[in-house]
Amino acid sequence: MNKYTLAVLVKNQFGVLNRVTSMFRRRQFNINALTVSETETSEFSRITVVFGGEENYKQQLINQLYKLPDVYSIKEITSDNSVSCELLLIKMQNDPSTREDINTATKAFGAETVDYSKNSIMLRLSDTSARIDDFINLMREYEILEICRTGSVSLEKGSTTIRHTINL
Amino acid sequence: MLLSGADILVKTLIEQGCDTVFGYPGGQILNVYDSLYTHQNEINHILTAHEQGATHAADGYARTTGKVGVVISTSGPGATNLVTGIATAYLDSIPLLAICGNVPTTQIGSDSFQEIDITGVTLPITKHNYFVGSVEQLADTVREALKLAKSGRPGPVLIDIPKDVQTAKCEYEPKPPVEKEEPYAAKQVRIEEAARHINEAKCPFIYFGGGLITANAQSEMITLAEKIDAPIGCSLMGLSGIPTDHPRFLGMQGMHGHYASSMAMHNADLIISLGVRFNDRVTGNRSKFATRAKIIHIDVDGSELNKTVNSVCGLRGDVKLTLQSLLPLVEKSDKPDWAGKVSKFRKEENKYLDNRDSLTPRKAILTLNKHLGENTAVATDVGQHQMWSAQNLNLKTPRRFVSSGGLGTMGFGLGAAIGAAYGTRERSVLVTGDGSFGMCLNELATAVSYNVPIVILILNNGVLGMVRQWQTLFFDKHYSNTVLNRKTDFVALARSFGADGEAVSTVEDLDKALENGFNNNGPYVIDCTIDKDEFVLPMLPPGGSMDDIIVKVGD
Repeated sequence: MNKYTLAVLVKNQFGVLNRVTSMFRRRQFNINALTVSETETSEFSRITVVFGGEENYKQQLINQLYKLPDVYSIKEITSDNSVSCELLLIKMQNDPSTREDINTATKAFGAETVDYSKNSIMLRLSDTSARIDDFINLMREYEILEICRTGSVSLEKGSTTIRHTINL
Repeated sequence: MLLSGADILVKTLIEQGCDTVFGYPGGQILNVYDSLYTHQNEINHILTAHEQGATHAADGYARTTGKVGVVISTSGPGATNLVTGIATAYLDSIPLLAICGNVPTTQIGSDSFQEIDITGVTLPITKHNYFVGSVEQLADTVREALKLAKSGRPGPVLIDIPKDVQTAKCEYEPKPPVEKEEPYAAKQVRIEEAARHINEAKCPFIYFGGGLITANAQSEMITLAEKIDAPIGCSLMGLSGIPTDHPRFLGMQGMHGHYASSMAMHNADLIISLGVRFNDRVTGNRSKFATRAKIIHIDVDGSELNKTVNSVCGLRGDVKLTLQSLLPLVEKSDKPDWAGKVSKFRKEENKYLDNRDSLTPRKAILTLNKHLGENTAVATDVGQHQMWSAQNLNLKTPRRFVSSGGLGTMGFGLGAAIGAAYGTRERSVLVTGDGSFGMCLNELATAVSYNVPIVILILNNGVLGMVRQWQTLFFDKHYSNTVLNRKTDFVALARSFGADGEAVSTVEDLDKALENGFNNNGPYVIDCTIDKDEFVLPMLPPGGSMDDIIVKVGD
């Protein structure tokens, strides 16, 4: 199974996210992560969707997205052509016996401590989804209290933009 | 011109060339109906008995004309009553505009009386839908919706208009009718690739569906078939696409398809498919479907390519324009071996034909054929009678077979036949069963009120025949809830609605009754008794392949 990331530029209108996710649901597309945000213009929102599957599955998902009148353009994001990152907030149990190990891991991954209390440490890491997975896996050695991650956002390298993509 | 939203809606419909709309009034659409009253000389509104019937009528109108059918309803239950009709149009790619009233914007979301989130409800069964939040957006939304409904692969679009948007005023400026999006041919490289496959093929088969009718590509397809010496078959939605008696036409594919057509497709080495979607009722078991064949697939909707079957060559584009570019690249060749094989399939098919003289279902349809004009639209409901019609009707003109293919909506027929009569401006025919007719026979009232000429042929076997057939074959004759044995007297029922009719049980009587019906003014109900144990054959069992085809059933 391959992992794909698509950037989808949609009209910034009430209910668009519902139209997109409802299509995923009724056609049984299994989505790993989905982020939505405003863009450089109020006309469009940008959806980044990460999912696993085969080539045919990806093509079908793209085709179905294109059928939604609110979808303006779609760009496949690969690690070669783009920069992707994700934000993680993770809250750890603050225990004297593991504190030092957590601190070392935090430094090694370039994460930051953003909150500290007697019983908890909150860490923030902004990195690729894979590195965040690694960091979380490492933290599983200790006691995780809560995790929140944003899902991946991606932009293409260079001066090309998704708005000039017409890939029918 | 400063107008209310209701007036703007009606004016925009008129401006866009909608002259006939179907619907049912109610509290939250009253203003629109007031405007329809004012403009009754410019736009004809047909009041049905139920919103579902109105949707099917708009659908039948769209199927027979190719124009966008328009249906209007109130909020809440009026809007939800449209759902089956909208879904029917969606599955068959029929251009439809559904317009609903809703509670005022200030009350939306508070569970007001007759409030329903109809844009939410219809999200999966419309091409797109709109909630009009302000009167300034209304006219352009209607135009955009009409454009969307008929562009590319057509489909239903819904507009939800809150009451206060209908009453609010703004400037209205008439605009010219919107054109559908400019169709385009598939990419040239794909066309060249397709031509290579076609030129290599020894046993090509052309398989078309509703998309061919939408694209109006009949003559291009026939030219291709002549050039490469290929037989032609179609899906249920493709019926009437070319004349039934065209020498290259083998008939319908699928679960109850014509034997020769199914055999030819099964034995082909190349299937050139035009505007079809390889539904499960056509392919049966996909892993055993046309295993010898490569598939070339031309469709305006790219998402149909490789959706259910893998094609060697998928062409996204307008079927007509793509065929026009393809034709010059295709070499003319005769294929006597293949043609010989195909004519052998035809001979075999003739052996299996039901040639009994009594009033069999097939005989009933053949008798009906004698009365059909070139332009007569035949609507059906869903079930055995639908398949018997599909197999035996002699259709001459495109858009004259009106049937719910994708959704399989029982109760579709009568509303659709009313719409078809308006669409063709002449008498239409409904072939139905006692089960299907029972679902939406209330529309007889509509047909009588507007004196719509329809010959209604009920193939009455007292059972839900199609389901019963499955119970006979696959459920050990456990006839669970398929034996109707109702005491309904359909002729008396027709009379009580103000229509006329007669009951028949012989071929001669049916012939006379049809003559009476075709000479009658208004709807005419023929209650035609057939045996409950008649089967639709041939049959590919669900999930089966051509190896499992049932052509005859023993006693």
